[in-house]
Amino acid sequence: MALKPAQKALGPIRRSFAPWLDPSAVPLIRFENVVKRFGDFTAVDDVSLDIHEREFFALLGPSGCGKTTLMRMLAGFEAPTSGRITLAGKDLAGVPPYRRPVNMMFQSYALFPHMTVAQNIAFGLKQDGMPKPEMEARVTEMLRLVKLEPFASRKPHQLSGGQRQRVALARSLAKKPKVLLLDEPLGALDKKLREETQFELMDLQQDLGLTFLIVTHDQEEAMTVADRIAVMNHGKLVQVATPGEIYEQPNCRYVADFIGDINLFEGTVTSAQGGLVRLKSPEAGAEFVTASEAALQPGAEVALAVRPEKMRVSLEPPPAEATNPLRGEVWDIAYLGDWTVLLIKVEGTEKIVRVSRANVTRSEARPIGWDDKVFLWFAPDAGVLLKS
Amino acid sequence: MRNGLSSINLVALTFGFAFLYLPIVLLVIYSFNASQLVTVWGGFSTRWYVSLWHNEQLLEAAWVTLRVGLISATLATALGTLGAITLVRMGRFRGRTLFSGMVYAPLVMPEVITGLSMLLLFVAVGLDRGFFTLMLAHVTFSMCFVAVVVQSRLVSFDRSLEEAAQDLGCPPVKTFFVVTLPIILPAIVSGWMLAFTLSIDDLVISQFTTGPGATTLPMRIYSSVRLGVKPEINAVCTILIAIVTTGVIIASIATKRAENERLRAERAAAAGR
Repeated sequence: MALKPAQKALGPIRRSFAPWLDPSAVPLIRFENVVKRFGDFTAVDDVSLDIHEREFFALLGPSGCGKTTLMRMLAGFEAPTSGRITLAGKDLAGVPPYRRPVNMMFQSYALFPHMTVAQNIAFGLKQDGMPKPEMEARVTEMLRLVKLEPFASRKPHQLSGGQRQRVALARSLAKKPKVLLLDEPLGALDKKLREETQFELMDLQQDLGLTFLIVTHDQEEAMTVADRIAVMNHGKLVQVATPGEIYEQPNCRYVADFIGDINLFEGTVTSAQGGLVRLKSPEAGAEFVTASEAALQPGAEVALAVRPEKMRVSLEPPPAEATNPLRGEVWDIAYLGDWTVLLIKVEGTEKIVRVSRANVTRSEARPIGWDDKVFLWFAPDAGVLLKS
Repeated sequence: MRNGLSSINLVALTFGFAFLYLPIVLLVIYSFNASQLVTVWGGFSTRWYVSLWHNEQLLEAAWVTLRVGLISATLATALGTLGAITLVRMGRFRGRTLFSGMVYAPLVMPEVITGLSMLLLFVAVGLDRGFFTLMLAHVTFSMCFVAVVVQSRLVSFDRSLEEAAQDLGCPPVKTFFVVTLPIILPAIVSGWMLAFTLSIDDLVISQFTTGPGATTLPMRIYSSVRLGVKPEINAVCTILIAIVTTGVIIASIATKRAENERLRAERAAAAGR
């Protein structure tokens, strides 16, 4: 089912692909202080965002966070209440959707039910008045790209969900748009097919050298496909960064909590100097030390966020040099095959800590079991200090 | 669970069908009656069908009915479709509730009132009653049925299809004709057929709004029945029944076929993934 493998020659380019770090780079798409209100409801609240050429950009957030509205404004289906959207330096205000050099792949696929697969793909080309031989060649090319050549004369209802998704993709790519917008493109597929298609999308984007903007509520999907992710909540951008940065350096409690699992220890700063911050966390009944350059005054309310896989757990006491020790009792165990997730209740408190361990061997001499007394600790650089 | 019919069900079914179809069967049988008297069987004959062919009045009435039906159904379909589009697509404009109420009012209005009020209107504006007023009246009452049928289709119409068309470079008006219209066409066609059927069998409103020279078939049949049922009328009715039955059977076969075709295609798609 896989599309042709990505040209590996692009590997190094992708590795060092980071135009957003280059101050001289001119972004392809600019949202400038964009606001969209529906009556009293503010769907998009003062969003400024730059997206660069050839970037695979993801808008991530829960439903109703404004990500789809932001995309629809770029496609031209909604007009911003205020602010400006430019594409390749051109202000898009007043340009109707049928004159914008962007194409969209719809969540429902929106295939025309009364047209065959080939007619669906040719629809956009026909609107441009492309000559027939050229149009036929392009349709054939698109069918080959999505591996649907034998289905050209079928109607959409004669296709499976995965095939329909491919037709929708081929149709939106047929005009070779500057930007391809994908609105929850894989939501209707089952997990296995979805993962496969994510990799295909990435390969396709690299091969065609296009700019992709994807809207999704699935953080794994966003992290898999995207060069950069914008996390949105209540119409605002919360954090815009690479998947690695979003996961390892969330800038607030919301992002830390939304992406993956995390342990949050609420507490107050007791001292901050020499790149080390010490804090006291009553809810875990412990004092922690963490590496942080943040300028913090003693007494500041913060949260220390530690990912479950960065916590160490053992039945034996930790080595003497271990930092941030805790003791607890195993409350629950979830065996997931590749990982085992332990929920551990910290001694003397109601705090539940989540710890995950990679199952690197097939058996363990004495595995950690229910109600076991265990020792927990984590390195000073394992956690992130969150202020907001 | 038994699949067969119990004796009670069988009796109920027999009576039910008898109530529905016995009169019609009798009518059909008597249309082949050789006797001049409607209630006396005088042997099999097709003479009334032959004499029907020479009855200028009835043929003229049938022609009027057909023309009124075709024209009024077409106009009603155009207006009803526009009304439905306005109701579904224009959002909440000022007076929307009033508008939708007025579109649907003829649906529940007693025919006598609709007929009478239209008669008063035609008299008031000095419009000579005849073919034209008859047609206007038919458009008025059948339009709302078209609006109902088309509206129910439009409500379930996926708007993203139109957005997709525009996104691919198709301007809005063209989008309506190449995407929206073909998809809602089945609803528009059934709206037209409904309007046509309503028009050809309307009696009450026609009585009020027609004038000399524009007598429809139902009016002609009704008036001749008042002078005593002639076997000729039975023949006309039998022909009408035959036409309607054929139409219904063809339509249901076509629907069934399309449905089977679709199911087969879907199954094939699911199996092939």
